Amino acid sequence: MDPLFEFCLRMGDNTLVLGHRVSQWCGHAPVVEEDIALANTALDLIGQTQLWLGLAGEVEGKGRDADALAFRRDAWDFRSVLLVEQPNGDFGNTLLRQYLFDEWQALMLAALKRSTDTRVAAIAAKAAKEVAYHVERSRGTVVGLGDGTAESHAKMQAALDRLYPFVGELFATDATDEAVAEAGIAPLPSDLRAAYDAALAATMAEATLTIPDSRWTHAGGRDGSRHSEHLGHLLTEMQWLQRAYPDATW
Amino acid sequence: MQPSVADIWAVLDGVPDPEIPAISLTDLGIIREVAWEGEVLEVTVTPTYSGCPATSFINRAIEEALHDAGIAKVALKRQLSPPWTTDWLTEGGKRKLEAYGIAPPTSPKGPERCPHCGGADLERISAFGSTPCKAQWRCRDCLEPFDHFKCI
Ligand SMILES: [Zn+2]
Repeated sequence: MDPLFEFCLRMGDNTLVLGHRVSQWCGHAPVVEEDIALANTALDLIGQTQLWLGLAGEVEGKGRDADALAFRRDAWDFRSVLLVEQPNGDFGNTLLRQYLFDEWQALMLAALKRSTDTRVAAIAAKAAKEVAYHVERSRGTVVGLGDGTAESHAKMQAALDRLYPFVGELFATDATDEAVAEAGIAPLPSDLRAAYDAALAATMAEATLTIPDSRWTHAGGRDGSRHSEHLGHLLTEMQWLQRAYPDATW
Repeated sequence: MQPSVADIWAVLDGVPDPEIPAISLTDLGIIREVAWEGEVLEVTVTPTYSGCPATSFINRAIEEALHDAGIAKVALKRQLSPPWTTDWLTEGGKRKLEAYGIAPPTSPKGPERCPHCGGADLERISAFGSTPCKAQWRCRDCLEPFDHFKCI
Protein backbone atom coordinates (compact mmCIF):
# COMPACT_ATOMS: atom_id res chain seq x y z
CA MET A 1 0.00 0.00 0.00
CA ASP A 2 1.18 3.55 -0.77
CA PRO A 3 2.64 4.93 2.49
CA LEU A 4 1.19 8.40 1.77
CA PHE A 5 -2.29 6.90 1.36
CA GLU A 6 -1.88 5.02 4.63
CA PHE A 7 -0.60 8.15 6.35
CA CYS A 8 -3.59 10.23 5.18
CA LEU A 9 -5.95 7.51 6.42
CA ARG A 10 -4.31 7.61 9.83
CA MET A 11 -4.70 11.38 10.06
CA GLY A 12 -8.24 11.40 8.68
CA ASP A 13 -9.53 8.39 10.60
CA ASN A 14 -8.34 9.89 13.89
CA THR A 15 -10.24 13.12 13.26
CA LEU A 16 -13.26 11.27 11.87
CA VAL A 17 -13.66 8.90 14.81
CA LEU A 18 -12.94 11.57 17.42
CA GLY A 19 -15.19 14.05 15.59
CA HIS A 20 -18.03 11.53 15.66
CA ARG A 21 -17.44 10.76 19.33
CA VAL A 22 -17.45 14.46 20.26
CA SER A 23 -20.57 15.11 18.16
CA GLN A 24 -22.40 12.56 20.34
CA TRP A 25 -22.38 15.24 23.05
CA CYS A 26 -24.51 17.61 21.00
CA GLY A 27 -27.49 18.51 23.20
CA HIS A 28 -26.10 16.66 26.25
CA ALA A 29 -23.31 18.83 27.67
CA PRO A 30 -23.58 20.15 31.25
CA VAL A 31 -24.03 23.79 30.16
CA VAL A 32 -24.90 25.38 26.84
CA GLU A 33 -21.48 27.03 26.30
CA GLU A 34 -19.80 23.64 26.61
CA ASP A 35 -22.36 22.08 24.31
CA ILE A 36 -21.56 24.69 21.66
CA ALA A 37 -17.82 24.27 22.20
CA LEU A 38 -18.05 20.50 21.78
CA ALA A 39 -20.18 20.82 18.65
CA ASN A 40 -17.74 23.31 17.14
CA THR A 41 -14.78 21.09 17.97
CA ALA A 42 -16.54 18.14 16.32
CA LEU A 43 -17.24 20.30 13.27
CA ASP A 44 -13.58 21.28 12.92
CA LEU A 45 -12.52 17.64 13.23
CA ILE A 46 -15.01 16.48 10.60
CA GLY A 47 -13.87 19.31 8.33
CA GLN A 48 -10.26 18.20 8.72
CA THR A 49 -11.39 14.65 7.96
CA GLN A 50 -12.78 15.79 4.62
CA LEU A 51 -9.39 17.24 3.76
CA TRP A 52 -7.32 14.23 4.87
CA LEU A 53 -9.60 11.58 3.42
CA GLY A 54 -10.06 13.68 0.28
CA LEU A 55 -6.30 13.64 -0.18
CA ALA A 56 -6.19 9.92 0.64
CA GLY A 57 -8.69 9.25 -2.15
CA GLU A 58 -6.70 11.43 -4.56
CA VAL A 59 -3.47 9.61 -3.70
CA GLU A 60 -5.13 6.22 -4.05
CA GLY A 61 -6.50 7.14 -7.46
CA LYS A 62 -9.32 4.61 -7.52
CA GLY A 63 -12.16 7.07 -7.54
CA ARG A 64 -12.94 6.89 -3.83
CA ASP A 65 -13.72 10.29 -2.32
CA ALA A 66 -13.77 11.30 1.35
CA ASP A 67 -17.36 10.09 1.78
CA ALA A 68 -16.61 6.70 0.24
CA LEU A 69 -13.66 6.26 2.57
CA ALA A 70 -15.57 7.42 5.64
CA PHE A 71 -18.78 5.50 5.08
CA ARG A 72 -17.88 2.41 3.09
CA ARG A 73 -14.95 0.89 4.87
CA ASP A 74 -15.34 -1.62 7.66
CA ALA A 75 -13.58 -1.52 11.03
CA TRP A 76 -10.49 -3.47 9.94
CA ASP A 77 -9.73 -0.89 7.23
CA PHE A 78 -9.77 1.99 9.71
CA ARG A 79 -6.46 3.44 10.89
CA SER A 80 -7.57 5.45 13.92
CA VAL A 81 -5.69 5.07 17.20
CA LEU A 82 -7.49 3.30 20.04
CA LEU A 83 -7.53 6.50 22.14
CA VAL A 84 -10.11 8.23 19.92
CA GLU A 85 -12.35 5.13 19.84
CA GLN A 86 -12.77 5.13 23.61
CA PRO A 87 -16.29 5.90 24.81
CA ASN A 88 -17.08 9.43 25.96
CA GLY A 89 -17.70 8.54 29.61
CA ASP A 90 -18.41 11.64 31.66
CA PHE A 91 -17.65 15.21 30.61
CA GLY A 92 -14.25 15.17 32.33
CA ASN A 93 -13.27 11.93 30.63
CA THR A 94 -14.25 13.40 27.24
CA LEU A 95 -12.19 16.54 27.78
CA LEU A 96 -9.20 14.59 29.07
CA ARG A 97 -9.29 12.34 25.99
CA GLN A 98 -9.54 15.50 23.90
CA TYR A 99 -6.55 17.05 25.63
CA LEU A 100 -4.39 13.93 25.20
CA PHE A 101 -5.23 13.98 21.48
CA ASP A 102 -5.05 17.76 20.96
CA GLU A 103 -1.56 18.07 22.38
CA TRP A 104 -0.35 15.33 20.01
CA GLN A 105 -2.24 16.76 17.04
CA ALA A 106 -0.83 20.26 17.62
CA LEU A 107 2.75 18.88 17.59
CA MET A 108 2.07 16.70 14.55
CA LEU A 109 0.50 19.54 12.53
CA ALA A 110 3.30 21.95 13.44
CA ALA A 111 5.78 19.48 11.94
CA LEU A 112 3.56 18.74 8.93
CA LYS A 113 3.49 22.43 7.97
CA ARG A 114 7.04 21.80 6.74
CA SER A 115 6.06 18.70 4.74
CA THR A 116 7.69 18.23 1.35
CA ASP A 117 4.21 17.38 0.04
CA THR A 118 2.54 20.77 -0.48
CA ARG A 119 -0.95 19.28 -0.14
CA VAL A 120 -0.08 17.84 3.28
CA ALA A 121 1.52 21.14 4.32
CA ALA A 122 -1.57 23.11 3.23
CA ILE A 123 -3.97 20.92 5.22
CA ALA A 124 -1.68 21.10 8.26
CA ALA A 125 -1.45 24.90 8.12
CA LYS A 126 -5.23 25.15 7.94
CA ALA A 127 -5.95 22.60 10.68
CA ALA A 128 -3.26 23.96 13.03
CA LYS A 129 -5.17 27.23 13.40
CA GLU A 130 -8.27 25.34 14.55
CA VAL A 131 -6.38 22.97 16.81
CA ALA A 132 -4.74 25.90 18.62
CA TYR A 133 -8.22 26.74 19.96
CA HIS A 134 -8.98 23.10 20.77
CA VAL A 135 -5.87 22.58 22.87
CA GLU A 136 -6.29 25.89 24.67
CA ARG A 137 -9.78 24.87 25.73
CA SER A 138 -9.15 21.20 26.56
CA ARG A 139 -6.04 22.10 28.52
CA GLY A 140 -7.89 24.80 30.47
CA THR A 141 -10.73 22.41 31.28
CA VAL A 142 -8.36 19.64 32.41
CA VAL A 143 -6.60 22.12 34.71
CA GLY A 144 -9.89 23.56 35.98
CA LEU A 145 -11.45 20.19 36.76
CA GLY A 146 -8.23 18.53 37.98
CA ASP A 147 -7.48 21.38 40.35
CA GLY A 148 -11.18 21.78 41.20
CA THR A 149 -13.33 20.11 43.82
CA ALA A 150 -12.46 16.79 45.48
CA GLU A 151 -15.05 15.12 43.26
CA SER A 152 -13.89 16.66 39.98
CA HIS A 153 -10.26 15.91 40.89
CA ALA A 154 -11.07 12.25 41.60
CA LYS A 155 -12.95 11.92 38.31
CA MET A 156 -10.13 13.49 36.31
CA GLN A 157 -7.49 11.31 37.97
CA ALA A 158 -9.61 8.23 37.20
CA ALA A 159 -9.92 9.40 33.58
CA LEU A 160 -6.16 9.92 33.29
CA ASP A 161 -5.50 6.47 34.79
CA ARG A 162 -7.97 4.96 32.31
CA LEU A 163 -6.79 6.81 29.18
CA TYR A 164 -3.05 7.19 29.65
CA PRO A 165 -2.42 3.55 28.62
CA PHE A 166 -3.65 4.57 25.13
CA VAL A 167 -1.20 7.45 24.69
CA GLY A 168 1.80 5.39 23.60
CA GLU A 169 0.13 4.30 20.39
CA LEU A 170 0.21 7.91 19.12
CA PHE A 171 4.00 7.64 18.99
CA ALA A 172 4.32 4.13 17.60
CA THR A 173 6.56 4.00 14.54
CA ASP A 174 6.36 1.37 11.81
CA ALA A 175 7.46 0.89 8.19
CA THR A 176 4.78 3.31 6.92
CA ASP A 177 6.03 6.05 9.25
CA GLU A 178 9.62 5.39 8.22
CA ALA A 179 8.70 5.63 4.55
CA VAL A 180 6.86 8.96 4.86
CA ALA A 181 9.59 10.33 7.14
CA GLU A 182 12.23 9.27 4.63
CA ALA A 183 10.37 11.22 1.94
CA GLY A 184 10.14 14.29 4.18
CA ILE A 185 6.34 14.09 4.19
CA ALA A 186 5.87 13.64 7.93
CA PRO A 187 7.92 13.42 11.11
CA LEU A 188 8.59 10.11 12.82
CA PRO A 189 5.90 9.90 15.51
CA SER A 190 8.51 8.78 18.03
CA ASP A 191 10.34 12.09 17.50
CA LEU A 192 7.34 13.98 18.89
CA ARG A 193 7.28 12.14 22.21
CA ALA A 194 9.73 14.28 24.18
CA ALA A 195 7.88 17.53 23.45
CA TYR A 196 4.57 15.81 24.21
CA ASP A 197 5.81 14.47 27.53
CA ALA A 198 7.04 17.93 28.53
CA ALA A 199 3.69 19.55 27.69
CA LEU A 200 1.76 16.82 29.48
CA ALA A 201 3.94 17.05 32.58
CA ALA A 202 3.40 20.82 32.80
CA THR A 203 -0.37 20.53 32.33
CA MET A 204 -0.83 17.70 34.79
CA ALA A 205 1.29 19.44 37.41
CA GLU A 206 -0.96 22.49 37.09
CA ALA A 207 -4.02 20.24 37.20
CA THR A 208 -2.65 18.47 40.34
CA LEU A 209 -3.05 15.15 38.51
CA THR A 210 -0.54 12.29 38.62
CA ILE A 211 0.62 10.73 35.34
CA PRO A 212 0.81 6.93 35.71
CA ASP A 213 4.36 5.57 35.92
CA SER A 214 3.95 2.83 33.35
CA ARG A 215 4.54 3.61 29.67
CA TRP A 216 2.85 0.33 28.65
CA THR A 217 0.39 1.02 25.85
CA HIS A 218 -2.54 -0.57 24.10
CA ALA A 219 -2.02 -0.66 20.34
CA GLY A 220 -3.52 -2.08 17.18
CA GLY A 221 -5.69 0.79 15.95
CA ARG A 222 -3.34 2.79 13.73
CA ASP A 223 -2.26 -0.31 11.79
CA GLY A 224 -5.75 -1.86 11.87
CA SER A 225 -4.49 -5.11 13.39
CA ARG A 226 -6.71 -4.99 16.47
CA HIS A 227 -9.29 -2.27 17.00
CA SER A 228 -11.28 -2.04 20.21
CA GLU A 229 -14.82 -3.39 20.18
CA HIS A 230 -16.03 0.21 20.43
CA LEU A 231 -15.13 1.07 16.84
CA GLY A 232 -17.60 -1.40 15.32
CA HIS A 233 -20.46 0.02 17.38
CA LEU A 234 -19.48 3.56 16.43
CA LEU A 235 -19.33 2.73 12.72
CA THR A 236 -22.68 0.94 12.85
CA GLU A 237 -24.28 4.20 13.89
CA MET A 238 -22.16 6.52 11.74
CA GLN A 239 -22.37 4.51 8.52
CA TRP A 240 -25.94 3.30 8.79
CA LEU A 241 -27.52 5.66 6.29
CA GLN A 242 -24.95 5.24 3.53
CA ARG A 243 -25.07 1.47 3.94
CA ALA A 244 -28.86 1.26 3.99
CA TYR A 245 -29.29 3.75 1.14
CA PRO A 246 -26.08 3.77 -0.93
CA ASP A 247 -25.50 7.05 -2.80
CA ALA A 248 -28.30 8.79 -0.91
CA THR A 249 -28.07 12.57 -1.20
CA TRP A 250 -29.92 15.47 0.42
CA MET B 1 -19.15 40.66 -24.27
CA GLN B 2 -17.43 39.39 -21.15
CA PRO B 3 -17.84 41.56 -18.05
CA SER B 4 -14.52 42.85 -16.77
CA VAL B 5 -12.89 41.37 -13.71
CA ALA B 6 -13.64 44.64 -11.87
CA ASP B 7 -17.35 44.25 -12.70
CA ILE B 8 -17.23 40.69 -11.34
CA TRP B 9 -15.72 41.91 -8.08
CA ALA B 10 -18.55 44.46 -7.85
CA VAL B 11 -21.10 41.62 -8.22
CA LEU B 12 -19.34 39.62 -5.49
CA ASP B 13 -19.32 42.71 -3.23
CA GLY B 14 -23.09 42.34 -3.19
CA VAL B 15 -23.18 38.71 -2.07
CA PRO B 16 -23.81 38.50 1.70
CA ASP B 17 -22.18 35.94 3.94
CA PRO B 18 -24.94 33.38 4.63
CA GLU B 19 -24.29 33.26 8.37
CA ILE B 20 -23.44 36.92 8.98
CA PRO B 21 -25.41 38.75 6.26
CA ALA B 22 -24.19 42.15 7.52
CA ILE B 23 -20.94 41.57 5.63
CA SER B 24 -20.26 40.44 2.09
CA LEU B 25 -18.06 37.61 0.89
CA THR B 26 -15.49 40.14 -0.27
CA ASP B 27 -15.55 41.83 3.17
CA LEU B 28 -14.79 38.41 4.62
CA GLY B 29 -11.73 38.12 2.38
CA ILE B 30 -12.44 34.60 1.18
CA ILE B 31 -12.46 35.36 -2.55
CA ARG B 32 -8.81 35.11 -3.50
CA GLU B 33 -8.92 35.51 -7.25
CA VAL B 34 -11.24 36.15 -10.17
CA ALA B 35 -10.00 35.39 -13.67
CA TRP B 36 -11.31 34.52 -17.09
CA GLU B 37 -10.07 31.28 -18.63
CA GLY B 38 -11.56 31.60 -22.10
CA GLU B 39 -15.33 31.33 -21.72
CA VAL B 40 -15.11 30.19 -18.12
CA LEU B 41 -14.94 32.50 -15.14
CA GLU B 42 -12.69 31.00 -12.48
CA VAL B 43 -13.33 32.12 -8.92
CA THR B 44 -10.86 31.01 -6.28
CA VAL B 45 -12.34 30.68 -2.81
CA THR B 46 -10.56 29.86 0.43
CA PRO B 47 -12.57 28.22 3.23
CA THR B 48 -12.81 29.97 6.62
CA TYR B 49 -12.89 26.89 8.89
CA SER B 50 -12.42 23.44 7.38
CA GLY B 51 -15.72 22.19 8.80
CA CYS B 52 -17.73 25.38 8.35
CA PRO B 53 -21.19 24.29 7.17
CA ALA B 54 -21.62 27.64 5.39
CA THR B 55 -18.98 26.71 2.80
CA SER B 56 -21.38 24.89 0.45
CA PHE B 57 -23.95 27.69 0.81
CA ILE B 58 -21.27 30.24 0.01
CA ASN B 59 -20.32 28.36 -3.15
CA ARG B 60 -23.94 28.22 -4.26
CA ALA B 61 -24.44 31.93 -3.49
CA ILE B 62 -21.42 32.83 -5.64
CA GLU B 63 -22.65 30.73 -8.55
CA GLU B 64 -26.18 32.13 -8.34
CA ALA B 65 -25.02 35.75 -8.16
CA LEU B 66 -22.74 35.30 -11.16
CA HIS B 67 -25.41 33.47 -13.18
CA ASP B 68 -27.84 36.30 -12.37
CA ALA B 69 -25.22 38.72 -13.68
CA GLY B 70 -25.29 36.85 -16.99
CA ILE B 71 -22.20 34.71 -16.64
CA ALA B 72 -22.97 31.27 -17.98
CA LYS B 73 -19.87 29.29 -17.08
CA VAL B 74 -18.44 29.56 -13.58
CA ALA B 75 -15.76 27.30 -12.13
CA LEU B 76 -15.07 27.49 -8.40
CA LYS B 77 -11.61 26.58 -7.24
CA ARG B 78 -10.81 25.80 -3.61
CA GLN B 79 -7.52 27.13 -2.33
CA LEU B 80 -6.29 25.95 1.07
CA SER B 81 -2.91 27.62 1.14
CA PRO B 82 -2.17 30.15 2.47
CA PRO B 83 -4.92 29.44 5.01
CA TRP B 84 -7.61 32.07 5.50
CA THR B 85 -6.85 34.57 8.24
CA THR B 86 -9.03 37.23 9.84
CA ASP B 87 -6.34 39.71 8.72
CA TRP B 88 -8.04 39.46 5.31
CA LEU B 89 -11.27 40.92 6.66
CA THR B 90 -11.58 44.38 5.15
CA GLU B 91 -11.68 47.52 7.30
CA GLY B 92 -15.19 48.16 6.00
CA GLY B 93 -16.12 44.62 6.98
CA LYS B 94 -14.85 45.15 10.51
CA ARG B 95 -16.93 48.32 10.86
CA LYS B 96 -20.04 46.53 9.58
CA LEU B 97 -19.50 43.68 12.03
CA GLU B 98 -19.30 46.06 14.97
CA ALA B 99 -22.41 47.95 13.85
CA TYR B 100 -24.16 44.56 13.63
CA GLY B 101 -23.23 43.78 17.27
CA ILE B 102 -20.23 41.51 16.67
CA ALA B 103 -16.87 42.64 18.02
CA PRO B 104 -14.43 42.46 15.09
CA PRO B 105 -11.15 40.52 15.27
CA THR B 106 -8.42 42.89 16.38
CA SER B 107 -6.20 40.92 18.73
CA PRO B 108 -5.84 37.23 19.67
CA LYS B 109 -6.32 38.33 23.28
CA GLY B 110 -9.90 39.32 22.57
CA PRO B 111 -12.17 42.18 21.56
CA GLU B 112 -11.16 45.79 22.04
CA ARG B 113 -14.52 47.06 23.23
CA CYS B 114 -18.15 46.11 23.69
CA PRO B 115 -20.02 46.51 20.38
CA HIS B 116 -23.10 47.70 22.30
CA CYS B 117 -21.80 50.40 24.67
CA GLY B 118 -18.10 50.70 23.84
CA GLY B 119 -17.13 49.55 27.34
CA ALA B 120 -13.69 48.02 27.81
CA ASP B 121 -14.34 45.89 30.93
CA LEU B 122 -14.92 42.56 29.18
CA GLU B 123 -14.84 38.87 30.06
CA ARG B 124 -14.82 35.76 27.93
CA ILE B 125 -17.68 33.31 28.42
CA SER B 126 -16.47 30.70 25.93
CA ALA B 127 -13.84 30.38 23.21
CA PHE B 128 -16.57 28.97 20.96
CA GLY B 129 -19.80 30.51 19.75
CA SER B 130 -22.81 30.13 17.50
CA THR B 131 -20.60 29.61 14.42
CA PRO B 132 -17.03 28.29 14.16
CA CYS B 133 -15.66 31.81 13.64
CA LYS B 134 -17.05 33.32 16.84
CA ALA B 135 -16.44 33.30 20.60
CA GLN B 136 -18.82 34.43 23.34
CA TRP B 137 -17.96 37.42 25.49
CA ARG B 138 -19.76 39.62 28.01
CA CYS B 139 -19.49 43.29 28.84
CA ARG B 140 -19.26 44.11 32.56
CA ASP B 141 -20.34 47.72 31.90
CA CYS B 142 -23.69 47.13 30.18
CA LEU B 143 -23.87 43.45 31.26
CA GLU B 144 -24.82 42.37 27.72
CA PRO B 145 -23.33 39.26 26.11
CA PHE B 146 -21.93 39.61 22.59
CA ASP B 147 -20.17 37.61 19.90
CA HIS B 148 -16.51 38.16 19.10
CA PHE B 149 -15.19 37.28 15.66
CA LYS B 150 -12.10 35.24 16.63
CA CYS B 151 -8.66 36.04 15.30
CA ILE B 152 -7.20 33.14 13.37
ZN1 LIG C 1 -21.28 46.98 26.90
